[in-house]
Parts: sequence; C-alpha cells; structure tokens
Amino acid sequence: MLDRILMIMIGALEEGLVYAIMALGVYITYKILDFPDLSVDGTFPLGAAVTAIAISKGVPPVLTLLFSFFIGAVAGMLTGIIHVKFKIRDLLAGIIMMTALYSVNLRITGGKANVPIFMKENIFNNTFLNGMPEVVSPFLVSAVLFVIVVIMKLLLDLYLETKSGYLLRAVGDNPTVVTSLAKDKGVTKIIGLAIANAFVALSGCVYAQKSGYFDIYTGTGTTVMGLASVIIGINLFKRLSFFKATTAVIVGSIVYKICVAIAINFGLETSDLKLITAVLFFAILVASNERKRRAKSNA
Amino acid sequence: MLELQGITKYYNPGTVNEMCLFNDFNLSVQKGEFVSVVGSNGSGKTSMLNILCGSIPIDRGRILFNGIDITNMPEFKRQSKIGRVYQNPAMGTCPNMTILENMSMADNKGKAFNLSRGTNRKRIDYYREILRSLGLGLEDKLNIPVGSLSGGQRQALALLMVTMTPIEFLILDEHTAALDPKTAELIMELTDQIVGEKKLTTIMVTHNLRYAVEYGNRLIMMHQGEIVMDTPQEEKMHLKIDDILDKFNQISVECGN
Repeated sequence: MLDRILMIMIGALEEGLVYAIMALGVYITYKILDFPDLSVDGTFPLGAAVTAIAISKGVPPVLTLLFSFFIGAVAGMLTGIIHVKFKIRDLLAGIIMMTALYSVNLRITGGKANVPIFMKENIFNNTFLNGMPEVVSPFLVSAVLFVIVVIMKLLLDLYLETKSGYLLRAVGDNPTVVTSLAKDKGVTKIIGLAIANAFVALSGCVYAQKSGYFDIYTGTGTTVMGLASVIIGINLFKRLSFFKATTAVIVGSIVYKICVAIAINFGLETSDLKLITAVLFFAILVASNERKRRAKSNA
Repeated sequence: MLELQGITKYYNPGTVNEMCLFNDFNLSVQKGEFVSVVGSNGSGKTSMLNILCGSIPIDRGRILFNGIDITNMPEFKRQSKIGRVYQNPAMGTCPNMTILENMSMADNKGKAFNLSRGTNRKRIDYYREILRSLGLGLEDKLNIPVGSLSGGQRQALALLMVTMTPIEFLILDEHTAALDPKTAELIMELTDQIVGEKKLTTIMVTHNLRYAVEYGNRLIMMHQGEIVMDTPQEEKMHLKIDDILDKFNQISVECGN
C-alpha cells in the first residue's frame, strides 16, 4: 500500500515537473504580459514533434532541448507578430497559431500522429544514468527533471531582473510607461511571447523523452493545465512573499498533478482526465474569486 | 521649437457622427516657453497633446520638432525627446514594480534595454536623494510596489521619472486635476522647479485658472478646435483670473449656454 502511494506520488511529481517548465512559460504570458496565449496548445506538441524526429534521426538528446527551445521561440514570435503587427486580438492570434501548428506538427512527423522513440537513448535513459546504483533508480527521472526545472527557473528569474526583463514586466503592467521610455511596446510583447513559447516547447521536448513517444493529441488542454498551475501556485503562496512567483508556479504544477493523480486513484478513468482538469480549473477560479470578494467586503 | 502646421483632424470620418475637431490648426511654441493651455471641455486641448505625441493620427498637416518633420514618426520614437505626465496618476508608473525598479527603467531611457542588470546599484543613492527632495518620504520606500502609493506620490514619481533623462519637451495633461488641493500645489511647485532647472519647453493643459495665470510665460485659450486667446509673456504678467473668466463667459454665451 505504502509502496503504491509512493509510486503514485513519484509519478505525479515527475509529471508536475515536466509541466512546470510549460507553466513557467504560461506564467510569462498570463501573469507578466497579461496575454491569454492559446498557441501553447500547439507549441507544446511542436517541441515534442521536433524532439521525436530529431532523436529518431540520431541527434544527441541534450541537443534536442536547445532545438525545441529555439523552435518554440520562433512560434511564439509568430503569435506575437500576428497580434502586434496585424492587430489581431490576443485570443484569436493564439487560436490561429494553435490551429496552424496542428498541421505543422503533423508535417514535421511526416504525417504520423504517433512517433515512438522508446528504443533510442534520451536524457532519462542513457548509459550514464543506467550505470547509477539500483537504489536511486526510481528517483532518477525526478532528479533529472528537477535539475532542468531549477535551471530554467533560475534563468527566468535572472532574466526578469535584467533591463530587458524590466521592460517585459512593464509592458504587462502599464504599456504607457514602455512607450514613454521611447521603446516599442509591440516588440517587447513579441519578445515575451517568444520566451514563453520557448519554455513551452522545451517542456514538450522533455515530455516526449520521458514518455518515449510523440502524440499529436498531447497538446490538447495544455493551456488550461498551465493556467491552473499558475493560478494554484500564485494563490497558495500569496501570503508568503519570500517565495518567488516562479517557485510558486512550479509547486502549483506539482500540486495540480497530485490532485489529478488522487482523482484517478479514486476510480476515475484516464478518459476522464480532461473533465478532471476542467472541474479543477473551475474550482480554483471560484475559490480565488471567493477570496477576492471576501477581501473586498472586509476592506 | 515645436510646430503644428495646418492640422486637420476628423473624428469618426464617413459616419453620421463625423466631427471636425481641427480645421487648419496652427501653433508654434518657441524653445524655453512654458505655455499654459485652458479651454472648455471638448475644445481639443488633450487632442492637441495626443497629436503632438503621436497617440492619434491626423488627416492633414505637419508636425515639426526643431524644424524636423515628425508627422509620420511613431509615438514611441517621439517620446525620446518628450516627457509626458497624464491626468491619471496611474498612467506614468508601473504599479506592480517597485519604486526602485520604476526609477531604474526611467534612468535607462534612451539607452539599450539589454541583458545587463536592471538596477544599477551605484545609482541607488542618487535615486534616494532626488526622492528625498520631494519631501514625501518616498526615499525609505524604494522596495515598495508603486501601486501602494497615493495618487499624489505616484504623480510626483511620474514627474521625476519623465524628467530624469535629458528631454526637450514636457507635456503636462491636466496633471494636477486628480489630486487634492495641497498635493496639487506641491506637484505644481515641483513642476515649475524642474522646468526652470532643466529649461524645458513645456505645454501644460489645466482647468485650474490660477495655475494657468501663475505659472508659465504664455497663456492660450482654446475653444472648438481654435485658439481664441494667445497671451505672450509681457501681457500675461498683468493678466488676472477674472480676465480669463470673462473670456470664458463670452465664449459660452456665443455657444448659447
């Protein structure tokens, strides 16, 4: 019994860490840029597709991390250009990219909706890690994921403290200030979307390597999952200001996955996953509204 | 020097609500002038500032900065020479960023926003010093988000921020209108002091006739997209609030109010 719980927890932790990278990207668009970016549903499988093809062609797995990061950035940039240069509303710009990417992803995989890469070495399964002692093997995947997530989090934290990062935060906070600094707010938004989607595609890359295949449907509902993680994290840690928002988002993603794992263990089917996501997301939004309302009536 | 030449601006062109705000509007402001602009609601004061700054497009005419045509220059590029303070104190600062972060950004205007550290630690003492000169106690709140400051504090900060780096033109859009009388007075004195120190060419739109008379060295009254009164420095020194009020009433009578 305890073994089973431990296994479930480790599984949820792993999933949570994989999606935490994506959630960091959603944090950039949703919280910093104030941009509801639906292209995430397309850039997540984009990263997975690129990775699956690259690995099956024999590209070193570590390089695929860079590849997918870069390609995600390009996709995000396109969403930004559609929104900024062609003046299309944020939601619609994301939908256009998401729809286009579905076909693009299938093009990348040569029309295959499913590309298995079990047989190949990847960042979780290679001669170096397999040489580790037996005792640590159940925790290896989590450890690798943890390292990647922490590196990405620290990079994002560092970036947000640079001049360029300040400008990114300013454009979501008050675009007028960016204009009055003689900077193009459109360009700043495009940069933000590029970084965000780079994170998302990287998350897709890690996901493909962890699960051992690419599946065209992995992208569906990614945005909602990311939003749920961000909102859970930010609300959980609202009172604890010494925790950075990026840390909160990562914890939010793990908590979210644990909730889902618990729901499934109470007898729900995996096909109910999206319903669980929707209900959880709904519950979180109601809860955070409730708190806001109470705070207001107390004031 | 700042010039508007033959500006024509229609709102809602081609619809039943079409309205001509400016028809061949001209204004030229000399270097170092501090122009107070008064006028009734809808007379085109704020529209004039928006046109100058490039926030709204024009249908005809030219805009010149120091003799250079900037009619087609996008808004953000014009801002390298302009500092603008808005009526709403929330417009000039980022509420979720700290005072220090806001000032660091303002201090970096005109330079690259690259991957170097956002806040230059060596400048913190300088920021603290200029904040202290405001006398609002902001120097001890460097790490507090601007959103938790009062309107007056935010407006003072906004004014400091736009004038931190060298600019030529200061555009004030009813920047004391949302403040209580005492804070408004303080912001007005601060404005006058900064304009004097940095020798900025200034256009100030205001509904406060006393400020319009007391501050600045030229006074303009606008009505229905035209300048109906333009008082140069020598005359302005003898101008009284009642003179402007009389003119105001005269306009209103013409309108049938």
